[in-house]
Amino acid sequence: MSMELKGTHKRRLSTGAYHLMLLPAVILVLIYSYGPIVGIVISFQDFIPSNGWFGSEWIGLDNFKYVFGMPNTMQVIGNTLLISFLKMIVGIVFPLGLAILLNEVKNVLFKRTVQTVVYMPYFLSWIILSGILIDILSPSGGIVNNFLAFLGIEPIYFLGEGPWFRFILVASHIWKELGFDTIVYLAAILSIDKSLYEAASLDGAGHMKQMWHITLPGMRPIIVLLSVLSLGNILNAGFDQVFNLYSPQVYSSADILDTYVYRIGMEQMQYGVATAVGLFKSFVSFVFICTSYLLAYRLANYRIF
Amino acid sequence: MIERRTFSRKLFIYANYIFLALFSLTCLFPIAHMAAMSLSSNAAVTAGWVTVWPIGFNLDSYKYIFSNNVFMNTVGVSFQRLFLGVSISLTLTVLAAYPLSKSQLKFRSRTAYSWFFVVTMIFNGGLIPTFMVVKETGLMDSIWALVLPSAVNVFNVVLMLNFFRTQPHELDESAQMDGAGAWRTLWSIYLPISMPSLATIALFTIIFHWNSWFDGMIYMNSPSNYPLQTYLRTVIVSRDLTNMNANDLSLIANISNRTVMAAQLFVSMLPVLCIYPFLQKYFVKGIVLGSVKG
Repeated sequence: MSMELKGTHKRRLSTGAYHLMLLPAVILVLIYSYGPIVGIVISFQDFIPSNGWFGSEWIGLDNFKYVFGMPNTMQVIGNTLLISFLKMIVGIVFPLGLAILLNEVKNVLFKRTVQTVVYMPYFLSWIILSGILIDILSPSGGIVNNFLAFLGIEPIYFLGEGPWFRFILVASHIWKELGFDTIVYLAAILSIDKSLYEAASLDGAGHMKQMWHITLPGMRPIIVLLSVLSLGNILNAGFDQVFNLYSPQVYSSADILDTYVYRIGMEQMQYGVATAVGLFKSFVSFVFICTSYLLAYRLANYRIF
Repeated sequence: MIERRTFSRKLFIYANYIFLALFSLTCLFPIAHMAAMSLSSNAAVTAGWVTVWPIGFNLDSYKYIFSNNVFMNTVGVSFQRLFLGVSISLTLTVLAAYPLSKSQLKFRSRTAYSWFFVVTMIFNGGLIPTFMVVKETGLMDSIWALVLPSAVNVFNVVLMLNFFRTQPHELDESAQMDGAGAWRTLWSIYLPISMPSLATIALFTIIFHWNSWFDGMIYMNSPSNYPLQTYLRTVIVSRDLTNMNANDLSLIANISNRTVMAAQLFVSMLPVLCIYPFLQKYFVKGIVLGSVKG
């Protein structure tokens, strides 16, 4: 009896310490993560900042109606979908190709050097990468246009013309992300059963045939998994990148949801409207994420928890 | 037949080496070009002679930026946020991850807390409400605005929690036998063995803080409080160095907006370039564990 009491007493003491340990993180998350979630209510208000979150007039879905009545909104959604879809496709093909080629390299030092070099831009911020891109792509004196001039080609204003701008977005996205995804694919190649290759070469299949009939099919699960999971990010077309490269000249082809929210909210100070666009984006993303995890589970037997 | 195949195979191998070498050089080129420009004379840069090797080698752009108070001040702000951000983040991560790594039996509220954290990985209030909360809590224009809102990274908590969980139960039990409480057990038993995981999280947090720019832009009213990357954005976007007052005229012959910008970009890359090769190893492990799980 007394033993048992002592036991429960001790347990209560130790969970007390656990609660205390969690306290600072809980407080910060409560304020800076849950606080803003409560703040979403302003997307249903004709929000006036000085009245606080609950003091402004409730206007139902008027902010949403207003946003979808604006001529730009559909274009922005279209840009977002197109840009992130292009990035998604290129973001599968290039790392996959690089991983397969790297896998053929037997010299470990060479392989590691290539990986380290290709991996470098992943860790640099879009501020730095944009600074570099703006300089080398400049139509007056940038090295790329100098080279084009050397070939007798008229200078191209890469960051000022819509189609070129999108091309630069996709290309520089690959430049930054390539190394990371390549590592994932390389790991997948390594997990393919080696005896398959032996059996194939006994049957007279050359390296190309092995690549086509063993390596690629062996990677199918991870390809399916990564592409399905990237569906959840379809509305994230890359705020940091677009925001630091774009200019009003290319808004019509480069403005994406996140930059749109930023301009409506932080520049035009229409807090309620901006929050409504943000909420719309979160809601659609949430549906996409759920779908993608469901698909990932069905197709690749993938579970998060 | 066999000879031909080995020949084509050899051809492929060499072509592959050459292609990969050229490809990585292409990826490296823009960065090397920047570095070369920062070390070249203004005349050579303007004439477009500089590729990946400095022409008219000089260190004047670096002399200029290191004597530039605005630039050095932003470097100071960045290091300050780095120090505060990393130490606070790590402390909170460990403190939150340890109780959550306990089993349901030992810590009954575990599930409730876990949901409390995981929900924030899926839902967030978005730009404007977050901005308003930071404003209402009085953090505008202070270094804490760059540290506190991002202090708890749930993803890192999950990583740490999973690490703690892989440790044998006996650690906990024997510590308790010896009369150590939860704090003592965490401090003298769990913390020492989790140093490698903690180091990895620290390196990622360092890179996160070093690279952050958006929070500096929206939460800082006065540019003197900007961290380095936020300041760089104003330089890059405006493409104009309004603060380029030439108190040292001898420098002007060798520097220009472009060489100075290149030098600033290169200096801000350096810490990351020094750290990232060490991360690769851990990173690979982490991704492999995460993605090839099924």
